[in-house]
Amino acid sequence: MTETLSAAPPAATAEPIVDMRGISIEFPGVKALQDVDFRLFPGEVHALMGENGAGKSTLIKALTGVYSVDSGVTRLAGRPVTFSGPAAAQDAGISTVYQEVNLCTNLTVAENILLGREPRRFGAIDARAMRVRAAELLDRIGLDIDPVSVLGSHPIAVQQLVAIARAVAVDSHVLVLDEPTSSLDSDEVAELFRTMRVLRDNGVAILFVTHFIDQVYEISDRMTVLRNGRLVGEYATAELSRIGLVSAMIGRELGELEEVERLATHDTAERSAPPVLRAKGLGRSGAIEPFDLEINPGEVVGLAGLLGSGRTELARLLFGADRADSGRVEVGGNPLHLRGPRTAIAAGIAFCSEDRKGEGLIPDLSVRDNLVLAMQAARGWTRPIPRRVKNELVESYLETLDIRPRDPDALIRNLSGGNQQKVLLARWLVTKPKLLILDEPTRGIDVGAKAQIQKLVAELAAEGLAIVFISAELEEVVRISDRIVVLRDRRKVAELAGPDVGVDEVMDLIASGEPERERAAS
Amino acid sequence: MKTELRSAPVRPGAASGTRPRPRVPSRFVPVLATFALFLATFGAGSLRYEGFASGQVVANLFIDNTFLIVLAVGMTFVILTGGIDLSVGSVVALSTMVTASGLQAGWPVPVVILAVLALGSVFGLLMGLVIHYFDIQPFIVTLAGMFLARGLCFVIDVESISIKNETFRDLATGIIELPGGVSITYGVVVALLVVAVAVYVLHQTRFGRTVYAVGGSESSAMLMGLSTARVKVGVYAISGFCSALGGLLFALYMLSGYGLHAVGMELQAIAAVVVGGTLLTGGAGYVLGSVIGVLMLGTIQTIISFEGTLSSWWTMIVVGVLLLVFIVMQRAILRRQARH
Repeated sequence: MTETLSAAPPAATAEPIVDMRGISIEFPGVKALQDVDFRLFPGEVHALMGENGAGKSTLIKALTGVYSVDSGVTRLAGRPVTFSGPAAAQDAGISTVYQEVNLCTNLTVAENILLGREPRRFGAIDARAMRVRAAELLDRIGLDIDPVSVLGSHPIAVQQLVAIARAVAVDSHVLVLDEPTSSLDSDEVAELFRTMRVLRDNGVAILFVTHFIDQVYEISDRMTVLRNGRLVGEYATAELSRIGLVSAMIGRELGELEEVERLATHDTAERSAPPVLRAKGLGRSGAIEPFDLEINPGEVVGLAGLLGSGRTELARLLFGADRADSGRVEVGGNPLHLRGPRTAIAAGIAFCSEDRKGEGLIPDLSVRDNLVLAMQAARGWTRPIPRRVKNELVESYLETLDIRPRDPDALIRNLSGGNQQKVLLARWLVTKPKLLILDEPTRGIDVGAKAQIQKLVAELAAEGLAIVFISAELEEVVRISDRIVVLRDRRKVAELAGPDVGVDEVMDLIASGEPERERAAS
Repeated sequence: MKTELRSAPVRPGAASGTRPRPRVPSRFVPVLATFALFLATFGAGSLRYEGFASGQVVANLFIDNTFLIVLAVGMTFVILTGGIDLSVGSVVALSTMVTASGLQAGWPVPVVILAVLALGSVFGLLMGLVIHYFDIQPFIVTLAGMFLARGLCFVIDVESISIKNETFRDLATGIIELPGGVSITYGVVVALLVVAVAVYVLHQTRFGRTVYAVGGSESSAMLMGLSTARVKVGVYAISGFCSALGGLLFALYMLSGYGLHAVGMELQAIAAVVVGGTLLTGGAGYVLGSVIGVLMLGTIQTIISFEGTLSSWWTMIVVGVLLLVFIVMQRAILRRQARH
């Protein structure tokens, strides 16, 4: 790989290509941005940092014309601009790649790259020229796929790179990448960074949003930090330490993270009560092979394994979302015939889905309504919850879970990812479950909120709740769990307990499928 | 350091590069299935009945369904965007009514044709504008359009008006001789022309590709900077135009205008489109599929008329079963794709 070592960005000398001053945006009940300044220079990679709810997405959408600003001025190359929509911003040379792939999966790769600016001959789309041009662009970002294949036939990561090829296809001066790496693996991230460096050296200004701090230090030249919709500061990456960055983002010292570690490794000793849930030979063909599992009160059981190893499938069986075709389940010592989620809920099992947008929350309802949904369902529709009780309940959860904004009437869709997750959690907690299954509760959530959720899990377990915790982040699972179930290729391969379980041991199991000791013996 | 667990790194090219053998892309499967079924049905008819497998029977499939082909083409545009147009049958009736009464009043034929086409296009355009700018379900807007157009027929006249204009009758009865003793009407030429133009527009123009993009994901299409508004309104104008043209062809076929013409024809058109492999959710399908869908419906009718003893109600029963089979089949294909 030939990489040009670029000089420090010409921050002091050159004119910024994007200069946003005093930007404020307000949604019903939420001040998303307050008086934020932002500068982006040609030929730099600029990281936009902040916790969930800090206003990163809002700022990007203000820049790309998706939202209109309530006050403030945006200058593009010195001229004040207001964009009527994404198309106008694109025409002005600002291309955006969003976190969720915003392409059409029913069209071909070439069409997705060039739609709206297809090469034409006599008014008709020139299919051959289009194929050639798309192949060039794919080549430019180092992606080797057939341009005439249907986009939907490729994995999400490839679709994301196609989105970047599309953004590169326009001769844009400004490229906005809104968490493009969240679905890429490390090789693909390296590929993306190589592309970003090439573009930067060609004078493109790149605005980069990510949650991965390592990536920020690897790629960015400068960064802007936001917190709670306000500007914290603008820094040169080389001059800001990681600790400095994190404390600028979360606005408090890092003690909280360490506190979790201590909280999580509480004792797993004396237990006289029967397990909350006992599964014997539970399995479903094609999803997960039969497994045994016991979950005791006050215990956090972590599920570790690669993507597709059967983590979510196991959880869905426990919740009755998928029906098992072998084995049986006992809840509190009594056999339970799991016919579906309703039976599971009635037996005190709660399940927070990994897809909080699609399967969990109702975006157009308020925090209060979302919160009491499950409780109301449990009470039956004929017994409305008195408004006073509702308010007290909601207030107390807003307080304990530190949900921001602390406004029960704010619409869920206006909340950040971390806060949405907390509302979802609260919704199940109000039903007072005995077993809580959390599938990737911290995915796509920033450091601060992550720590809060981990801490919350530890506290809930200390109060006697049994918890199944699923996460792709192994360190998180190890830190938080009393016991770890390791899954590999849709099979439970081991169960590890005790305070001395380390990440390496779990990794080894995931990689080999058998404990180290046994291999050493053979 | 963060230990992010993911499945083994997939080389981007691996998925497409290691395709086991060249096979039919799954997006063509529904159309090909319909085509195979059409051939099988036609083959079955040929075996069972003397004189079924003649060129003229095939030509008649087109002659008797010119209007339905044109309607199905317009409907395909609408359904590809994820919409629906329930007004087409009523617009056909209104068009026959305007044609008949216009000719009765002594308007020249070209004026009548232009007036009807303009009327249908504007009608569709207005519905499209309401659907897009007020963000109302296409189902309800075109349902309103359906009642409105049907009602307008009876404002013109409650009785059937027969068409006596000589030029128009000549157009209706004129035939084109093809080699092999097969003859077709002018209407067939018009319908095939419409199909050809539609295929061109959908596959070779930016408008057409945007139709597919909007059907695939409207929000993505918007964020990609495509002119979704123009497409969403445009498809209803196209459908309106096709309905008016279908009405003219229907008037040629029936040589009369009547407010009760083409009752339920919108559903036949939708059935043809769906049987032709177009997804009701939008984004996938082909005009040629819709044409085969119409021919399929036509073949069933022909078989029933050859049988002689079967009541025409059997057409509906068979069409109903077919529709069900196709929708289930489409769902099965989608499921299989999702599992990959």
